[in-house]
Amino acid sequence: MKFYGKGLPKCKPEELTGKLIVIEGADGSGRSTQIRLLTDWLESSGHATINVGLKRSNLVSTELEQAMQGNTLSPITLSLFYATDFADQLENNIIPALKAGFIVLADRYIYTLMARDNVRGGDPEWLKNIYSAIALIPDAVFYLNVSPRFLIERNFQKQTNLDYWESGMDIRLSRDIFDSFIKFQRKIKNEFSKMQKEYDFAVINGNRSPRAIFMDLQKKIENVLEKKSYAK
Amino acid sequence: MVNITRHNTPGRLIAVEGLDGSGKSTQIYLLKRWLEVENYKVSFTEWNSSFLVKNATKKGKKRQLLTPTTFSLIHCTDFADRYERQIWPLLRAGYIVLADRYIFTAFARDVVRGCDPEWVKNNYSFATLPDIIFYFKIDPEIAVNRILDGRPKLKYHEAGMDLNLSSDPYESFRIFQGKIYEAYDKMANDFDFTIIDATLLVDKQQQIVRQLLREQIDLPAFKIKK
Repeated sequence: MKFYGKGLPKCKPEELTGKLIVIEGADGSGRSTQIRLLTDWLESSGHATINVGLKRSNLVSTELEQAMQGNTLSPITLSLFYATDFADQLENNIIPALKAGFIVLADRYIYTLMARDNVRGGDPEWLKNIYSAIALIPDAVFYLNVSPRFLIERNFQKQTNLDYWESGMDIRLSRDIFDSFIKFQRKIKNEFSKMQKEYDFAVINGNRSPRAIFMDLQKKIENVLEKKSYAK
Repeated sequence: MVNITRHNTPGRLIAVEGLDGSGKSTQIYLLKRWLEVENYKVSFTEWNSSFLVKNATKKGKKRQLLTPTTFSLIHCTDFADRYERQIWPLLRAGYIVLADRYIFTAFARDVVRGCDPEWVKNNYSFATLPDIIFYFKIDPEIAVNRILDGRPKLKYHEAGMDLNLSSDPYESFRIFQGKIYEAYDKMANDFDFTIIDATLLVDKQQQIVRQLLREQIDLPAFKIKK
């Protein structure tokens, strides 16, 4: 494996024999369902698999969650909090698992974090420099592309209210949370399409049934595991 | 190469840097008292004190969960919180902001811990350069002795124990402070540190600091209007 940039101090990427597979997509795009199906499939085929995702680090997940409940988290602080969370999982979960030959299924990766920061008006180079120095290049990135309208529907199947941050309410796109959600998600989608080429995402049509999406992913991941090109 | 630029606000930012035991906190406290009593618009901020982030940092340090990378990022997060909500708005409002340690503390510590200097610099590049950086320069031997004379219980990271410099915390602290001293020395030119001899008497140093402040900042412009 390789890092995007210089890499973490003292980490030898050539020792990482596992596979890092990233599923990206908005809230309600069906990521967690797919990760569950994929984990079942991979484990039943005999591949040791771990799941990682945003805001799950031992170091700061609770504190970040608490900070997000208040109304005082500014954008640079938010991005750095997430970067700390990411780095902690990278060093303590992702890299050790890859060293042991595991398949790491990442429920989102640095791309969501960069997309959000850009939409919030951050300096794109700044966060890119933070992550490219420390992040490993995944073996595959699948982006579940779902229309914002469809996302709304799915979100309401999960819970009865829209999330403040996923609706971008902090950047005042609209005083109406529904409008704000649609606007924010469109902007995020736009960021993803800008990143697609640079980071070599395979775009997956997420406006389909979970089963259809799963079969699509399964085929592509089989290719990754056989080291073929997964693209399109 | 990332460039850190200086703000263009009506405020003024004064940072103090120096080794533990250099006496910089005493000096900035006296500076603050003077400006307060003389009715200047002044505010004070100190390293590692953001309400939002402090608990995470404390936990990370206590349970020794931190690596050089997360140590660097968590301090940067702490700083960002104070910067975005406190330092920057105060500068915009035309305050004199006194910072007890600033980004140079992070540069020194993180680089000594093995982080890439350009990476650390990039991460803090949202912050403005101060108008004056007072560096309280002191021989690390003297500074370390000032701290160790009281035989304090040194914290793990404070002593630099995570760097495996020595299994004895006091010895580790000595070596660690020596390395921080070298890192400050390297930065002194690049960032135009104003060097104060921290072995002088406390009141002599304060006289020098106040004199420099008067020369470099148009203090009357910062008087609170009555």
